[in-house]
Amino acid sequence: MELRSNPEMLCVVRSALARLAELLGFSDSDSHLVILAVDEALTNIIRHAYKGERERCIEVTFRLLPKTGDSVPQQVLEIVLRDDGEPVDVKRLHPRPLKEVPIEELKPGGLGLYFIRKNMDKVEFGRRDGKNLLRLMKALPLSNVH
Amino acid sequence: MQIAIRKLDQITIVDVSGDIDLSTSPDLRKVLLHEMRELKIPRVVVNLTSVRYVDSSGVASLLEGLKASRDMKSRFIMYGLNVKVTQVLQLSKLLNIFEICENEEQALKP
Repeated sequence: MELRSNPEMLCVVRSALARLAELLGFSDSDSHLVILAVDEALTNIIRHAYKGERERCIEVTFRLLPKTGDSVPQQVLEIVLRDDGEPVDVKRLHPRPLKEVPIEELKPGGLGLYFIRKNMDKVEFGRRDGKNLLRLMKALPLSNVH
Repeated sequence: MQIAIRKLDQITIVDVSGDIDLSTSPDLRKVLLHEMRELKIPRVVVNLTSVRYVDSSGVASLLEGLKASRDMKSRFIMYGLNVKVTQVLQLSKLLNIFEICENEEQALKP
C-alpha cells in the first residue's frame, strides 16, 4: 500500500487494517491495538519525518511470516512502514505513558510511541537506501495458521 | 469527525462523532478550549457515544480540555466511552484522571 502523508488518509489505512486483522483471526481488542500502533507510527512519520507536509510518500507493506524458535507452529503479521523523510534519531525517542505527575505537568509527547511499543510484539527502527524503516510485528492467535 | 454543541443553562454538551485522530483532534481541542477559556462555561460535558476511535492526539486534546477545566475551576466530564476509547485511556494511564460518567443524565446531575 502506498499513500500520501495526508492525515486524512489515516482512516483509510485503519479500515484496510481492520479488515486484514479480522481475516487473520485477531480478536477485536488485539485488532484495535495493532490498528492503533500502525496509526501512531504513520502519525509520527507525518509529524516528525515529513514535518506536516501532505504530499510525501509512505509505503506500508504487510506480510505473514513464520514465528521462529517456537515448537508450536505460529505466524506473525509483519508491517513495514517506509518514508524518505528526516532520519529518525532512535536515541531521542522516549516512549512514555502519562502517569504519576500532577495534571498540570502532563505532556502527551511520546504517548504515540508508547502505544506502538506496548501494542506490538516487536518494533525495529532502521534506515536503508535513504529511507526510514519501521518494522512492526504481532503474533497471530495460536489457532490461526494460514 | 463531527462536532455539535448543545447549550443547557450553564452547561455545554459537546457531541462528538466519528474518529478523533491527527486530522480531526485540533478541531476538538479548539471547541473545548473555546467553551472553557473564552466562554468560561462552568461545566463542559463531552458525549463520546458515537466516537469509534481515538488516538494519542485525541487523548492530548481531551487532556487539554481537562487542564483548561482545572485552570478555570470548571468541570470537564466525559460520557459514552466505548471499549476502544476506554482501552486507549487505560493504555495512557489516564482513565482515573478524567471525570467519566455512564450517561448524559449522570453527567448533568448537580
